[in-house]
Amino acid sequence: MSSFVSYLINGISLGSVYAIIALGYTMVYGIAKMLNFAHGDVIMVGGYAALTMMTVSGAHPLVAILVAVLVCTTLGITIERVAYRPLRGAASPLAVLITAIGVSYLLQNLALLIFGANTKSFQSVVTIPAVKLADGAINITGETIVTIVACIVIMLGLTTFIKKTKAGQAMLAVSEDKGAAQLMGINVNGTIALTFAIGSALAAIAGVLLCSAYPSLTPYTGAMPGIKAFVAAVFGGIGSITGAMIGGILLGVIEILGKAYISSQMADAIVFAVLIIVLLVKPTGLLGKQIQEKV
Amino acid sequence: MKKMDKTFKSNCITYGMVIAAYIIVQIMVGTGNISSLMKGLLVPVCVYIVMAVSLNLVVGISGELSLGHAGFMCVGAFSSAFFSKCVQEALPNSGFRFFLAIVLGAAVAAVFGLLIGIPVLRLKGDYLAIVTLAFGEIIKNVINVFYIGKDSTGFHFSMKDQFSMGMEPTGTVILNGPQGITGTPKDASFTVGVILILITLFVVLNLINSRDGRAIKSIRDNRIAAESVGINITKYKLMAFTVSAALAGAAGALYAHNLATLQGKKFDYNMSIMALVFVVLGGIGNIRGSVIAAVVLTLLPELLRGLSDYRMLIYAIVLIVMMLFNWAPKALEWRERYLSRFFRKQEKEGK
Amino acid sequence: MAVMLDVKNLGISFGGLRAVNEFDLTIEKGQLYGLIGPNGAGKTTVFNLLTGVYKPTEGIVKLDGENITGKSTIEINKAGIARTFQNIRLFKAMSVLDNVKVGLHNEHKYSTLSGIFRTPSYRRVEKEMNEKAMELLKVFDLDGQADYLASNLPYGKQRKLEIARALATDPKLLLLDEPAAGMNPNETQELMNTIHFVRDHFDMTVLLIEHDMKLVSGICEKLTVLNFGEVLCQGDTAEVLSNPQVITAYLGE
Repeated sequence: MSSFVSYLINGISLGSVYAIIALGYTMVYGIAKMLNFAHGDVIMVGGYAALTMMTVSGAHPLVAILVAVLVCTTLGITIERVAYRPLRGAASPLAVLITAIGVSYLLQNLALLIFGANTKSFQSVVTIPAVKLADGAINITGETIVTIVACIVIMLGLTTFIKKTKAGQAMLAVSEDKGAAQLMGINVNGTIALTFAIGSALAAIAGVLLCSAYPSLTPYTGAMPGIKAFVAAVFGGIGSITGAMIGGILLGVIEILGKAYISSQMADAIVFAVLIIVLLVKPTGLLGKQIQEKV
Repeated sequence: MKKMDKTFKSNCITYGMVIAAYIIVQIMVGTGNISSLMKGLLVPVCVYIVMAVSLNLVVGISGELSLGHAGFMCVGAFSSAFFSKCVQEALPNSGFRFFLAIVLGAAVAAVFGLLIGIPVLRLKGDYLAIVTLAFGEIIKNVINVFYIGKDSTGFHFSMKDQFSMGMEPTGTVILNGPQGITGTPKDASFTVGVILILITLFVVLNLINSRDGRAIKSIRDNRIAAESVGINITKYKLMAFTVSAALAGAAGALYAHNLATLQGKKFDYNMSIMALVFVVLGGIGNIRGSVIAAVVLTLLPELLRGLSDYRMLIYAIVLIVMMLFNWAPKALEWRERYLSRFFRKQEKEGK
Repeated sequence: MAVMLDVKNLGISFGGLRAVNEFDLTIEKGQLYGLIGPNGAGKTTVFNLLTGVYKPTEGIVKLDGENITGKSTIEINKAGIARTFQNIRLFKAMSVLDNVKVGLHNEHKYSTLSGIFRTPSYRRVEKEMNEKAMELLKVFDLDGQADYLASNLPYGKQRKLEIARALATDPKLLLLDEPAAGMNPNETQELMNTIHFVRDHFDMTVLLIEHDMKLVSGICEKLTVLNFGEVLCQGDTAEVLSNPQVITAYLGE
């Protein structure tokens, strides 16, 4: 029993990281209607930025996180401006998808050139001690606590931001109907850039948390979590913030429990199988809106 | 009629291009004017061309985004390699054996395409994309935990490790989990590859320009209108998906018989994405474009080899720039304004 | 005269909204029949019910004596109803000729393998299809543009191509959803002639939705007026158009 609870908590912790990444995915998808394949690599950049700050300049972990967020936000805005915005209105939505893949390759290979292919060990940014429950049978690490708390704070913050601020409302409007939003005087390009900025900032935080919990970093670290987060976003219903949250956490739990009880090699297959089943039953994800084409 | 002539001519150019390239390469090989690196790429280029052309049938002609094409390639590769290893002694004629292996790889992949297509093709757009990606990853993962061996008593199977199969000590392991299949007969050659390309082009181009192809395209262009004139949506979507899967399976068979070791991890989503890059860069729905893009993008990293560490970086930049140049509305406008002056005349003569 | 379309008590609800209620309609063979009514009256919904896009909550639809209630769009097309759309739905990236050939799909067949291996039956059937399609395009004066991409046709011609494609399925009943929308008076006049020609030449029964009263009074023999999902009035065109209730529904109090 206690081992089950431990696995569950680990699952929620990993799921929280997926959820934070998925939030970025889902926001960008909701607004720009594009799958940003490079999102996962922004996580990796965040990881390297924080690591460099801590090892090279010996900065305080909080400063390192701040720098990582700044770097990724700038990166996100730049990518959007240079690679994605020119393709808005392209004849096929696939064009921007492939460009995103190109950006993903670019980031990976840049990291490869700068930091090398070797795995770098990441020093955890969390200094909170672990909590032991049930006479030490259940051990909750500081990283787990911080990750879960961060996830909740981010979700609440994001929901409030979208509901209460003008910029948040503009985001909703743009995701609903770009043309109409433009006519209402909303700066569509600015809103999309802001979405990328927020998404990338979240990716930076996710990167630092992920590397703290699983302390190794390579240029390809972001790729698989990126794909998983994408799965989580679709799972929950892409475009929905709560959906991304639920999808992320469920995914993490399924992955850890699958690894523990079924087969560690099959864990990914199980995650993907659950996704397929959910989509076949509910084609737009758990909380997705069903849009019917009008005849 | 006039239009028929135009498609016919265009198809002939495509076939001619492939045959001409084949002859040139054969001459280069004969005269020793080809580096061993390039020689090693000849079969992979054929594999990627078949992958790109077959994926274009789904993405460009049927209009569905699939990110799991590598899964079908994987199925074709493993089933054909498994077959070749089993009958290696019984069928010493490598040409005939390889022919059977390719047919088998294509058939098994087609069955998978059909089985996956039936539930999946109800989904639309990006949802379909993620589910195909998921299927591709599942196939890769499942193959990674399979152990199959053969001894005098027959086949043995396990999903744990090679020792759990309970084989006689004299038995041979055929499929060894993540280590995959080793020692597949190296039956693949550039000539077989080119023949496979020509067959693929023949099937895809003729399908596109037939009654069924029109039905597939009509669904892509307007599903509701297609239904209103009595087109069976499921049937034709499934047809495109299955034919595409079969061809990817054949590509996989070619791939498997060119390698000493065949491992499941090669067929991850990056392989699917690579095929998709060929399709989009070559022009969605443009079959000849897929062929050219597959050749250029496969050879590009090799041509950039002199730049050593920077080559993949440059590859990425070239990819982004080409996409922007080919698709960005502003770039198209610019091209229309400045470049078309030079090309308009030639194009008229060409057509 | 024999009855071509017989609709009894047709109705559908979306959630709590009653979109069409107790809708009756009888069209005789060879008739040009108009379905009119204010915006949002449920005219296109009736078309969607007749063609199987929506399944009716209740009611019976009979086409030429055959019960087609609740059948799929494809089955209904095969049974003999073809339609056009209010917002034009062409196969944009295909040629004008191919658009019509898709319409011929179920009437002219050869197997997939024949298509791939270009067997004699492929050649023969393709030739038939080309001839038939060109014949249809000629009716709509589109034969000169057979090679064009459908999306490159001017608006009026796109509407005509939709009708040609619908006719290619060899229907018994043709449904036209606002065929004159966006046309200038000359084009409308031309369209009226074409619809007459189609009826006479193909022995067709036509049901059309239209707002252009000149077209409606010019070619429709009978009318049904729909208001708030219910039949307001039915009968000969002249009678219906002079009915004070109809005038009120259109112009308001």
